[in-house]
Amino acid sequence: MRRINPRFIDKIVQIVFNMQAFFTVSILIVIVAIIFIKGFPYVNPEFIFASPEDMGRHGGIFPSIAGTIQLALLSILFATPLGVGTAIFLTEYTRESTFTKLIRFGVESLAGIPSILYGLFGFIFFVIKLKMGWSLLAGVLTITIMILPTIIRTSEEAIRSVPRQLRIVSYSLSATKWETIKKVVLPAAAPGILTGIMLSIGRAVGETAAVIFTMGSSLRLPLSIMDSGRTMAVHFYILAREGISMEKAYGTALVLVLSILSINVLAYYVMHRAISKYS
Amino acid sequence: MIEKALLKERFVKWVLIAFALSSLLFLFLIFIFILAEGLPLFLKVGVGNIIGGFKWAPTRGSFGIFPMIVSSFLVTIGALAIGAPMGLSCAIYLSEYSGKKTQMLLKPALELLAGIPSVVYGFLGVIYIVPLVRNYLGGSGFSLLSTSIILGVMILPTIISISFDALISVPKTYREGSFAMGATKWQTIYKVILPSAKSGILASFILGMGRAIGETMAVIMIAGNALKIPGSILDPLRTLTGNIALELSYASGDHRLGLFSTGVVLMVIIMILNYIANFGIKRKIAK
Amino acid sequence: MNTKIAIDRLRLSFGKNQILKNITINVYKNTITGFMGPSGSGKSTIISVINRMIDFEDNVEIHGKVSIDGINILDESCSPVILRRRVGTVFAVPIPLPRSIFENIAYGPRLQGISGRTELHRIVEGSLKKAYLWDEVKDRLSTSALKLSGGQQQRLCLARTLALKPEIILLDEPCSGLDPISTAKIEDALNQLKSEYTIVLVSNNTKQIARITDFAAFFYMGTLIEYNTTDKVFTTPMEKQTEDYIQGKFG
Repeated sequence: MRRINPRFIDKIVQIVFNMQAFFTVSILIVIVAIIFIKGFPYVNPEFIFASPEDMGRHGGIFPSIAGTIQLALLSILFATPLGVGTAIFLTEYTRESTFTKLIRFGVESLAGIPSILYGLFGFIFFVIKLKMGWSLLAGVLTITIMILPTIIRTSEEAIRSVPRQLRIVSYSLSATKWETIKKVVLPAAAPGILTGIMLSIGRAVGETAAVIFTMGSSLRLPLSIMDSGRTMAVHFYILAREGISMEKAYGTALVLVLSILSINVLAYYVMHRAISKYS
Repeated sequence: MIEKALLKERFVKWVLIAFALSSLLFLFLIFIFILAEGLPLFLKVGVGNIIGGFKWAPTRGSFGIFPMIVSSFLVTIGALAIGAPMGLSCAIYLSEYSGKKTQMLLKPALELLAGIPSVVYGFLGVIYIVPLVRNYLGGSGFSLLSTSIILGVMILPTIISISFDALISVPKTYREGSFAMGATKWQTIYKVILPSAKSGILASFILGMGRAIGETMAVIMIAGNALKIPGSILDPLRTLTGNIALELSYASGDHRLGLFSTGVVLMVIIMILNYIANFGIKRKIAK
Repeated sequence: MNTKIAIDRLRLSFGKNQILKNITINVYKNTITGFMGPSGSGKSTIISVINRMIDFEDNVEIHGKVSIDGINILDESCSPVILRRRVGTVFAVPIPLPRSIFENIAYGPRLQGISGRTELHRIVEGSLKKAYLWDEVKDRLSTSALKLSGGQQQRLCLARTLALKPEIILLDEPCSGLDPISTAKIEDALNQLKSEYTIVLVSNNTKQIARITDFAAFFYMGTLIEYNTTDKVFTTPMEKQTEDYIQGKFG
């Protein structure tokens, strides 16, 4: 038997890979398309700005949109200084040592913990032991810890990519280390840091497991940080799982996915602009 | 003025150290509080009766989670069986076959999809995959197979992104050397590029596994949550994560402690996976 | 003549690599002193000791004394941040900060707590004039400094250093990447500046050293070979190595 021509195999393989990639990409496009097509008819101003009635069977999703924004923004408010501060410490204030390795180990480990364990921890620590109850505050603190590794890693990368010469110039002009960081390093690293922040917001918005056991699932708009509330993701989960209303579920899914995708697209856009500015 | 700046300098340093330590503190707290709640039951009921036990009836003193451990691994392996070949071939396509333009467009687009919340995947699984399995293959449709399919798709972005990075970082000279010896593109990929990107690809699989085994909301929506080891891929099953999420909101007493014991087991598995993934990645860098 | 910088038996090594071997030299007030020598001679390293930028390098060991106005700047008690207000530096490659021309110059004064708009403007204008750049940029102070040409950027860096109101200006091969016209402008500026400042110019360009310095020091392999008035060094060098270097036989 003659050996099959390797060029022929090469062609076949190429076709297979092309088709495979096309297939994979289609699946993901189909997912987004379904959400858009199925959800579109149900999303209107009333849906966005009205409160749910009858467990969400009727009305809108306003409290859960507000709850999502509250949760995401407050978590970012806590996590950004902590995360950027950690990144600054790791890049500017120390050399690689056992101490930095230990901190990096902590960050990596936090990044690897699945969200249900964050939920478990937030539940026992914030909700039960610190007696916060199911509340916005417990949710915010849990999500803060959960998104911290993302912010640390993206900020560290952004800070590291600031040219060393800029720091040297700043020092030579009699700046202290902190002045140099504040006036030169952070402005130059800002786009990268912003990207990390936005990716974290996306994560907070889409999270369910860690939120539902800490912030609870009250349908009312949280008016203080000690109130329970639900995010869009939690609302969607309850609508879908308990079969309350498929229409409202699709509508909520559309608003949810659209917000996350637009936050993430914005994040990539900012990052891309920053990269092209430097090169 | 200058004294103020220098004083601030020292103050800032201490604040930053405190910030940096916060990550460690949080990790420590998570560890301690999950262990503190989860370990007592191990002592009371016995490690073997929990990890090796088959019966989960927490209100009647049975805390066996063996079927859930097995199920967690089964869905993870199932997810990998579907996600790994698809993800890897997609990564190969992107790094070796697609044009620069397609690459620039598709890679971020695929990564964006990592942001789609798991509840949405779970929902779509219930609406589309579960009936498909029920109608064509039988059973209730809430099954190991459906769960594996959904998890397989969910881990695609992770696998594609990380194996793509591994493939693209194979030095150009390797490719050129292979082409120069008359190898075809596929021979080059198969014999040169894949072996040199091996550890990175492996790391992407392990990270994908980590995501699959830790996934919760999508799983409880489509797995059926039955309390036994599935006999076939069409049987329903309950994972460790699902067990926690399904019962945490109403559990109390020993029942709640049992959920934390489940959490401890999950945490140990995740730690082992992370260790393996980090080890793999470090070896790649060392090379 | 008054001694401004007194370097006394300065030894410096990076790990096991000895870069400076027992350097003793005095730099006089209100003069331009040229440090010349082939690469690896240690001339730039001396500069980075005088402004303590050496602090940012790893594995450095320093012995000896470097005094400015009689006070040892290598002492623990001497703050490098305060020192760098008195000792300004212009580097070989012009590195503007990614902000406007105005903000580049105002960076140092702002750090010193000057925030009044009129005062900052006065400082910026004065510094730019001294650096012979004012006429070229006066209409576009708020544009990005990165848009300036290489020669303009280097004069911007000089102006930025002048805005610190330092006593000493160190220039580390400031013209190495510049065209002759830009070089001439910087040299003109330096000639004007020496009445107010003490200037140390590190250069591998012997012609430049001959043109504008009052004193010239020749370094080779971390050792000071010869130091005298520029006239004497260039007309009647005492050492054979100096003569060879000046005539371009090596370096």
